[in-house]
Parts: sequence; structure tokens; C-alpha cells
Amino acid sequence: MTRLCRDCGHLEADFEGRCPRCRSPRSIAHPELATLAIAHIDCDAFYAAIEKRDDPTLAEKPVIVGGGRRGVVSACCYIARLYGVRSAMPMFQALKACPQAVVIKPDMAKYRTVGMAVRNLMLAVTPLVEPLSIDEAFLDLSGTEALHGGPPARTLALLARRIEAELAITVSIGLAPNKFLAKIASDLDKPRGFAAIGRAEAPAFLAPRPVTFIWGVGQAAAAALARDGLRTIGDLQRRPAADLIRRHGGLGERLSRLAFGHDTRRVEPNAPAKSVSAETTFDVDLADAGSLRRALWPLCETVSRRLKAGHIAGRSITLKLKTADFRILTRSRQLGDPTQLAETIYRAGLPLLEKEANGTRFRLIGIGAADLGPDDQADPPDLVDPTRARAARVERVIDTVRDRLGRDAIGKGRAMATTTPDPAAPPRPGRTR
Amino acid sequence: MKLTIERAALLRALAHVQSVVERRNTIPILSNLLMRGEKGEIALAATDMDIEIIETVPAEIQRAGTTTVPAHTLYDIVRKLRDGSQIQFETDGVKGTLTLRSGRSTFTLATLPAEDFPALSGGELPHRFQIAADALRRLVDRSRFAISTEETRYYLNGIYLHAAQSGELPVLRAVATDGHRLARVEMPLPEGAAGMPGVIVPRKTVNELRKLIDEVGAPVAIGVSDAKIRFSFEGATLTSKLIDGSFPEYERVIPAHNDKIMDAPRQPFFEAVDRVSTITSDKARAVKLHIAEKGLVLSATSAETGTAQEEVEVTYSATPLEIGFNARYLLDILQQIEGDDARFAMADAGSPTLVQDSQDASALYVLMPMRV
Repeated sequence: MTRLCRDCGHLEADFEGRCPRCRSPRSIAHPELATLAIAHIDCDAFYAAIEKRDDPTLAEKPVIVGGGRRGVVSACCYIARLYGVRSAMPMFQALKACPQAVVIKPDMAKYRTVGMAVRNLMLAVTPLVEPLSIDEAFLDLSGTEALHGGPPARTLALLARRIEAELAITVSIGLAPNKFLAKIASDLDKPRGFAAIGRAEAPAFLAPRPVTFIWGVGQAAAAALARDGLRTIGDLQRRPAADLIRRHGGLGERLSRLAFGHDTRRVEPNAPAKSVSAETTFDVDLADAGSLRRALWPLCETVSRRLKAGHIAGRSITLKLKTADFRILTRSRQLGDPTQLAETIYRAGLPLLEKEANGTRFRLIGIGAADLGPDDQADPPDLVDPTRARAARVERVIDTVRDRLGRDAIGKGRAMATTTPDPAAPPRPGRTR
Repeated sequence: MKLTIERAALLRALAHVQSVVERRNTIPILSNLLMRGEKGEIALAATDMDIEIIETVPAEIQRAGTTTVPAHTLYDIVRKLRDGSQIQFETDGVKGTLTLRSGRSTFTLATLPAEDFPALSGGELPHRFQIAADALRRLVDRSRFAISTEETRYYLNGIYLHAAQSGELPVLRAVATDGHRLARVEMPLPEGAAGMPGVIVPRKTVNELRKLIDEVGAPVAIGVSDAKIRFSFEGATLTSKLIDGSFPEYERVIPAHNDKIMDAPRQPFFEAVDRVSTITSDKARAVKLHIAEKGLVLSATSAETGTAQEEVEVTYSATPLEIGFNARYLLDILQQIEGDDARFAMADAGSPTLVQDSQDASALYVLMPMRV
């Protein structure tokens, strides 16, 4: 068994206790440590860690990053977690569990900057970095041994140390033969963790866990599997693959492989986004069309900003609403041409919203663009509607002003309202798949 | 109701009528078609509440009566019956069924009461006129390809039919546009159409109309009101609600001062565009035109596939121009031109281009260039 010192990267057959070279107590040993090459790296309590870093007085306090009374927890530090606070928990519940928590409004621009810095450090060790969101990514380190003078495990330990030294935040690393196991591993030793799952141990490791442990198995699939008596991954392992495929089709085929820890998905650095969306949870449930409309516009601007930044455009617009009793409605509309303009997204979303704004109380509104493609043919001039070209020009001017003077320097009148919607729970700029 | 009918005649009528019936319906009666047998013929009616089509077919009526049966099921049955066979229909008022017998086959279908069948036909149609089937076909064919499918601008989801002046001449015009291209076709104004309101005929109606035109040679009688339009053929009537919206002022998008004129031989140009565009794979099939006095060079590029280029002899004497178009749109328009030459009047690579048949001024097309 190989043992790796996580602080100096020293590798030895299997040393006991402290690292013989640097005397650090932190080390990891695993029989396959020298050969595993797929990693999942996840920043620990990312938003909260950045806030603590930037304000040392917060160091010993429970910190929650999230918006408003009605918003949800975007991130919480490990002290807050001791009180039972979890991310995505409604804010009122989090504050009931931990009334003394310091609540900080998210500063997405700051988090994005740090997220990019982390990504750049990852890219310094391998070009095969597949970001999953602002603060996590898969890395494929196959074939980097000669370049970095050691196995991927060592490169990763040094990468984690470099991220800590340069950015003053910590990460947790999962190392495995594939993405499925790497993602599981990164969660095992959090925070500031390093865990490995090897090929040999994977089936036994997975067996006692529930089927929902497998990516893509949600409540509905779990219920269907439970009807067949399949509750744990071990149950899946005992069923012949042919049986699973016959009963559950494509899902069954995937399950028959994943149950044994087999995953052939590659780390794809340029996996294109499938959709770009933004949503917001209101402080109080909204029912009137006017307030919903006002809440919609800034979201259109957010989606548009990301489309423009990515030089992409969407051909289909989807409106999402969540009712006061947590029912989710989605309504889509195809566009004649791909768009990246906030105005066009808004104009497509508005009639969808107006049909649903029938007095129902909503707690959340979101809008997204899908069917994405390059933006070179986006928003072409229109023969019969000169206002489209005008709206496009106006928007480009607004963008230029904002680039120079900041986002709040200029905006459309419709963004101004007596009751501004809560900018809480800013969407994580992740990818929806 | 009890009657006997020729399969072939029934099938032809059913093919039209059932296509109006939506595949999925929340209101059961709308999945049915109405059958009324009386006075030596059977009338078949179907509606989706926006369009209604009624066709009559000669039949031997043994007992007059009315009923409704599932449209698609009846059509599928009749379609599968033997060619040249006779079909007998008989209702059973007590059981509420319709029995269909043909050769050795017997089908019994559940019916719904005819009284529940919605009628769209009411209301006055004050403006009445006639158009020869050929002229109507031409009007429809040359404009319908440009109808928009975009839901947001529902007022573009049809053909705008209206009376207008072309110079001194009063004309009936059909206009359709999707914002990328516009088609304007006209014919001398038929007698009786002078005071008609401008109406937008929905796409589905246009497509049903087109099928009916193909089967008749006789003039088509048209009745129009503010809300409805009716096309009456021999043995068939198509009534439709109109799109309630205002069609944009299209005249101002038709360029009047484009001075770069290219005359291209229609057929060779069509074929060249078709060939060159094979290379383009994405949704937007862009072809680039390099036009100069010595001729036209068509080209297309695709990052994945490769490149294509073809030369076409054209007449052109203005300053050289590079302009891009969606190949699909270019082909759609060229397909509608019957003469030997197509005339392109262009201003620059970013402004609308005017396309016409060099010999025929009754139809014109406007095409928005693409960025290439």
C-alpha cells in the first residue's frame, strides 16, 4: 500500500504516523493510489469560506450566505452546519436552527472571481477540467505523471495546498477511476478532505448504500426500483444486467454498470451548456401579474448577460413558476430565431406568465433559454418589426454603458418598481443537464 | 339512418374531413364527425371549433338520419376496406351505435348525439365573390411558404388577404411573412370583393384549402365577414374563423430603390443553390453570393463538413457585391417563379432584397440577407 503525505507530497511504501520528511500528520493510503487519475474537486462551503476569509471577525461565528427572509441558504460554514443548517434549506428554517448565525447577502461577482482563480489553478495541472459549477469540477490527470514528476494523487495534494496558500480557501478531493466514484469520494472526507475509491473496493463500498446514491436516480426512479424489491445498490448488484435492462430500459442498463462502480463517461472540458436560466424566490408569495412581471425582467437580464458572455443564443424560452404549495409549473415557447437579448426573452416569457397569473400565489419565478447554439445568427433584423432591431440596439448600448460604468449605471424603466423583488438566492451559474 | 355508399367516394371525402379533426381532444364530440344522410347524399362534417369542413357524397339512402362517430377510426376502417367495395351504414337508435358492413367485415362504432355537434356555420358573410381554382391555387402556393410558425406573433400565422390598388388596377392580394421573407401575390380584383375587409386566413385553413383546390376545376365561391371566411366548392364547404389581429404594414418593407440588379437563370440558379447548400449542416443554412459583372459565385462553408463553391452565369452590371442568404428561403422563392429568369434587386449585404419573376410582376418576394 502506498501512503502519500498530503502536505509535502512525499510518497512511501507505507509509513507509520507522521510524514518522515515534513512531520505532517495528514496522509492518505490506498492500494490503488498510484494509478487512480480521475478527480472531483469541490470547494468547502465556498461562498461562506470566501466571506470568512475576507472578514476575519467571522472566523468563529456561524455564517450563512443567502438572501432575504424567504430565500434559501446558498452556502453555510461548517460551524453553522453543526446547528443543522444545510444549503438549499429555507432561510426561516435555518435561522430557527441557528438564530445567532451571521447572514450575508451573496456577492456573486466576488465568488465568480475566486471560482475562476480556482479553475485556473486546476488548469495549471491538466487541460482536462470539466467544471460542474462555480466551485466544483472533474479533472482527468491521466498521463500527467511525467510532467508533474509523480502520480495524480501527489499532483492533487499539491494542488489543494496551492489553492489554500494562494486563495485562502480549502477544497475536498475525491480520487477514483471514474467520475461517478470520484464525485462520491470527494464527499467522504469533507472539509479539507482527500479520499480515494479504487476499482477493487467499489462494489463492496457501494453495496449497502441506497439506490438514490446513484446520480440520476431520483424519487420516481427509486419508487419504480422499490416495486421490484431494489432498495440498495447491493440489490442491484445481485440482479443480472439483462433483468434490469428488461425491466427498466436505459436506466436499467446504466444501473447495472454504476452499481459496480463502472462509469465510462469522459471528463469533457468543453461540455456545452444545455440551458441557461435564472430564478428568484420572493420574500412573500406574489399573485398579481404586475409584481410577477417586475420580478421577471431582472432574470431575463441575468440570462441574457450569461448568453452574451458565452457567445451563445437560445431558440427556446422556458418560464418556471413555483406555487405557494410548492408545485412547479414550466411553460415553454419556441422562437423563430435564436436570441440572446433580454428584451426578446422577456417578450417571449411575458405571454406565458400572463396565462398563469390567474390569482395563483407563487413563491418563485424563473426563466431560462435552451436549445442553445452559437450566436452568429442570433437576433437577425426583422422585416416587419423594426422595433426588434431598435430594441437590440438599445440593449447593446445599455450593455456598453454597463461595461464601462457598472451594472447599476443604467437600466430599463420596467426594472424600477415600488416593490423590488428579492434578489435572494442568486442562481448558481451551473449547468442544467 | 341507413344508407349504402361507394368506398372510393367516401374515402376521398373522409381524407379531407378527418384532417381537420385534432388527434388529441379534451372534448369528445370534437373527435367525431357528423354524418347526415338525406336526399340521395351523405354530408360529412368535422370541426376543431376554428375550422369546419362539410363534404357531400352521393349515397343510396334507405332511411334518412344523423349521427356522429369517431373520425379517425372511421377513416382508418374505410381506408383498409377493399378497393371497389360498397359500404352499408346503419344506426341503432336504442344502443346508440353505428354498424358498418362491407363484404365480410362488420364494425359497430359508438356514437355521440348529433345535437351535441357544434356548428360553426352561422353568421352572415356579406362579401361574396368567385375565383377560378387555378388563380386561387397560384395565390395560395406563392404566399403560403412564407407564413410564420412563431407563436408570439400569431398575426403572422396566416395569409393576409385583402383588396388593394396596384397602380390604377384594383387587385386582390395575398401576403405572408415570417420576418425573414415576405411574399406578395396579386390578381385582378374579382367582382364583389371591392369592399371586403382585410383578413388573415390561418395556416391550417390555408393547408386544408390547398387540398380541396387540387380536386376541383370549377370556380371557388368565397364569402367573407370580419370574423369568418368560407370557401365553397362543388360538394365541399370550408368555413374558418380568421386570425383576430392586425397584419403589419408590409408595404414599407418592400424596397423601392434597390439599384443592384441581377438577372439569374431560374433553373440553373436553383440547382446550384441546392447543391452548394448540401455542405451546410446547421439549422441556418447560409449560402454566400459573390456577385460581379463576370458572374455569380455561390459558396457555403461548414466548420465540420467542409466547403462548396459553384459558378452561375448571371447578368449584372453594378458594383460587385457580397451577400448571404438562407438557402432554404432562396429555394422556396425560386420554386415559386415560373419564368426563365429571376430578378434580384439588392441594395447592400444588410438590407432587404427584392426578388421577382423577370416576366411577371404579379408576385414579388422580399428576402432578408444573413450575416455570413
